Order: sequence, then C-alpha cells, then structure tokens
Amino acid sequence: MGVKFASGGFLTTVQDMGRTGYQESGMSVSGVMDQRSAALANILVGNEENEAVLEITLMGPMMEFTEDTVIAVTGGNLLPKQNGKDFPMYRAVPVRRGDVLSFAGMAGGSRAYVAFAGGLDIPLQMGSRSTNLKSKIGGLEGRKIAGGDEIGFRAPKTDLPNLRRRSVEPEDFTASERVIRVVMGPQDDCFTEKGIETFLSAAYAYTNESDRMGCRLEGEVIEHKNGGDIITDGIAFGAIQVPSHGRPIIMMADHQTTGGYTKIAGVITVDLPLVAQARPGDKVHFKKVSVEEAQKLYVEQKNRFEKLKEEFERRPQAGGELQAAIYAAVGHEARRYWNPAGTYRVVVDGEEYTVDLSVESEGLR
Amino acid sequence: MDGVRYLAAGDSAVCVEFGNEISPEINKKIRAFKIAVEKEQIPGIVETVPTYRSLLVHYRPDVIGFGGLTERFESLMGSLSGIPIPPPTVIEIPVLYGGSMGPDIENVAAHNHKTVKEVIRIHTSGEYLIYMLGFIAGFPYLGGMSKEIATPRLKNPRVKIEGGSVGIAGEQTGIYPVDSPGGWQLIGRTPLKLYDADREKPVLLEAGQYIRFRSVSQEEYERIEKEVADGTYQYVVYDKEG
Repeated sequence: MGVKFASGGFLTTVQDMGRTGYQESGMSVSGVMDQRSAALANILVGNEENEAVLEITLMGPMMEFTEDTVIAVTGGNLLPKQNGKDFPMYRAVPVRRGDVLSFAGMAGGSRAYVAFAGGLDIPLQMGSRSTNLKSKIGGLEGRKIAGGDEIGFRAPKTDLPNLRRRSVEPEDFTASERVIRVVMGPQDDCFTEKGIETFLSAAYAYTNESDRMGCRLEGEVIEHKNGGDIITDGIAFGAIQVPSHGRPIIMMADHQTTGGYTKIAGVITVDLPLVAQARPGDKVHFKKVSVEEAQKLYVEQKNRFEKLKEEFERRPQAGGELQAAIYAAVGHEARRYWNPAGTYRVVVDGEEYTVDLSVESEGLR
Repeated sequence: MDGVRYLAAGDSAVCVEFGNEISPEINKKIRAFKIAVEKEQIPGIVETVPTYRSLLVHYRPDVIGFGGLTERFESLMGSLSGIPIPPPTVIEIPVLYGGSMGPDIENVAAHNHKTVKEVIRIHTSGEYLIYMLGFIAGFPYLGGMSKEIATPRLKNPRVKIEGGSVGIAGEQTGIYPVDSPGGWQLIGRTPLKLYDADREKPVLLEAGQYIRFRSVSQEEYERIEKEVADGTYQYVVYDKEG
C-alpha cells in the first residue's frame, strides 16, 4: 500500500533521473524536467538523488495516503495542501494513513516534485523508473497517472534522522523574466555574426507550444549562414535548436536522441530548472559562459547536495557527550541541563555544536 | 586525427565531429572511435550516441571536465589504428513482400517501370549499412538502397502503420520498429521485433551493423512470428566480408 489517486491532475508522471544507456538505440532519456528540485526532494527524505518521484505539472492531482511515510514537496509552488491546510515545501514532513495531499493552484513555476522516503514501488524498466510517454514504458504502464491509480511504497519510513532539521530554503520560481546561461555550440558556426548577436541580446518568450520534449520560444529571428538544416547529429538535454525559421527551441527531458537542425548553444545544467519551471509568456535572455564556468557551477551544485546529505544523515556518535546530554535532557533530569532558550552547547570530536534539544531528541527517537 | 572537432554540447556532452556528409567512411571512423572509447572505460562517461556525422558523448562534469575528456580523446585518436576493431556483422531481416503486408509495392513497381518481382529482387540484393538509430527507439537510418526502386513518399500519410512494416521514402528504405503514423510506401513486413521493451536486448539493431532483407513466404512469416513470440527464433547473423 502507499498512495491512491482520486484524480491525476493535468500531467502527473513517475520520473527519476532518466533512462540512460539506450540513446544509441534511439530511446529518449526522459526523467524529471527539473533535476535540482527532484534531487532536493529526494535528499530531504533520505533517498538517493536518482530515486523516482512524482512530477506534477501545472494542475496537481489529489492523492490519499494508505500508509504512513515521510514526503517532501519541492519545485514550482502549486500550493500543496495536506487535508486542506497549507503543506510546507522544501521540508521533510511525515504523513499518516488517511491524509490527503492536493494542490490548489499555481503561485510560481510550473512543475512540483513529490519524493517519498524509501521510494515508490515501481519496477525498473531498462534500468529506470522514468515514464516515457512516447515509447509507453516506465512509470505506471508508461502513461500519466489518472484517478483510481494506486502506487505502493517500497520501504516507507515513519521517521528519519534529524527530521526537524530536514529543510532547505525554497527556490523562487516566480520571476517572469530570467537570464539563462548557455555554452555556445556545437553548430554556432552555422550562424552569421549578426545571428549570434541577436541570440545573445534579444528577449525571447516561451510559447504555449512547450512540453516535456521541448520549449518553443518566439522573438527576433536568428540569422543562419545557410539555413537551419544539418546532417543529423546527436542532441543533449538543454540543446537550443534553431531550425530555418530562426526561432529557438530548447530541447527538454523527452527530447529525441538525434535531430537535423542547427544547435546554436546548450543551456547549462544549473539553469535548466529555470527553463523547466517557465510558463508561456515568460521571457528569457541568453548569456554566454565558458564550458569551464558551467562545469564549475555544476560541481558546486553537486557539492551542495553532498553537504546536505551529510548534514541530514549525521547521527551523534554512540556514547558521545552529545547523546549523553540529550538522554539526560529528555529524561527526568532535563531541567538541570536545559538552559532557558532550550539549547545546549556540546563538544563532539573537538567540534562545538549548539543543539536544540527538542530537535535532537526527535531525531533520535 | 585530421579534421576531427571536439564541440561542447552544453556542459555535460561533447560532440566529436568527424565530417559533414553521409558516407560509409565517416561511419567506419565513428564506429572505430566508439569501440575504442568503450574499451578505454574513461570514468565519467555516461553513454555515447553515434550519428551520420559525429559521436555525441554524454558525461558527468563532476567526474571529468571538458578539457580532461577531450585530451583523453585526442590521445585515443592517435592510437586508433592500433586498436583491433571487429568486423561489422550482417543481420538477416525476413520480409513478406506485397499483399496486405506491403500494399504500396505496386506503386513502387509502376513508378520505376518494373515488375513487383523485380522490386523484390532489387530490394533483397544489397547489404544496407545502419548509419544510426534515432527518431524513435529502434528506428534504423539505412544507406545503400538502389536508385532503381526509389519512390516519393505517399501524398497522404497513413495514420497508423504496423510495427515491422518495411517501406521506401525517396532513395531511403527503412523499417518501422513500432506502430506509428507515416508516409512511406509500404512494400512488406518483417515478423522480427526491432524493439521490445521486455527483451533482454530491447533494440535489435546497432549502428555500424548491416542488414540484408530476405523474401519469405506467408508460411515462413507465420512460423518466424511464432518463434519470435516464443523466444526461440535463431537470428541469422554473420560477419561482413571485406
């Protein structure tokens, strides 16, 4: 047992970080559109970053839990509600059997992610749980979730270490105009100097022809030297194709593995979530950065994830002073150790911590 | 290697470009490089995707950077001639031509002033190079069809074409891996499954490999179809000569 859907919402699918290893066979990678939000949701509930989550698009589903677990909701703010009351985002929150999670609207961004501690009971298909709508594989029978569906939990948790500390600052996706950084190429030499200048100076707007395959933009036409057709080449997530009509298309999670249009640049990994969360009408300005700069930002994001994981999973060492203090504090003699602010300073392995005892005692439960 | 370019494709992929045309020579180089890269087992490489012109290498920048990776490629290019590359294989694709399986074969014959028999003979006479797979899972981009049976696409594309259908579009021939809409002139159908998500190797064909079509009877088609469903079919695969 796990979670039962009263309705599926506009487009709710099971996604992990994608089905890699089959692109040479023409199989799209799929996976989450906003990798940062999905990774953070998983980290908050103690999962591997690649664990399958629900990707919720614009109008959310309504789901009832049939088993206790811990969840986290991240990404675009689709106004999540637990039994009708505001549900905190970017925080690990225990849910109980009978609780109902719903989404009330769109306050920023367009895709929310729900991670479940211990993961969803969805079989791996070709090494991934991601739903590929076109090839009809992965996730729930290769399709979007509908009312009446039920997904089980693999290894649900009712508690996690440091539960009350498992939160991060929510990312703000409300801005309707953004700078998106790109690495130029691989076919930037197919454009005139004027074309490159247009691309890097004009404002482009997301159209409503945007989906999991790609986001079509409108704006000033980008000039080619000899048209936008090339002999078919490989495509990476975030590649910006410019066909002969001169308007950019950003290739997203369900993009085809190969294509025959010139690619002027590629969106850098850390800025891809901003594209995934954009809405029709939002504006974008492209800014060129070096591949080295983009990779430095990639590594910084990865390091941030690692640090969070370490922080969330850290347990006081058995027999250490910290634990002794906490046990004492939650026991009969609590008052003697507790200062008026409810915090306690301890030294563990030479490092000094200020401990909120109510938080720590919950983490140890 | 002369003329090879390493082009950044965002921060997590590099396009190793060998040329800007469709040619068996470029395909051969791409195949050799792909095999060499796989043998080298460079940490951080996620997967590689061969196309007509390039090998797109997807990688993890937290494991290896653009500079480090392209340096490894550069030294690999220098020793490419010393790496043993196994000969490509040819896989036989049985096809039931004409009838309800190939409703457009008479169009193809009429367009080229040939008999249906001649169309089948020409279509089964060559070995077709699989330049790449793409578009949808398992779809092979084939080279090597005789111009003698080239036929323009249908004016009105069909809404649904059965998976396994073999068709002609202009000077290209191809096989639809799964049911899909399309405008190709359909000349036959193979009982083989080019794509089966539940099979250990979901996609049957590989870039750099060759295929040869063989004309089969209705009875043989049905027998192979059953063997494929039972998992007992023995694929006919042999090394390409020369």
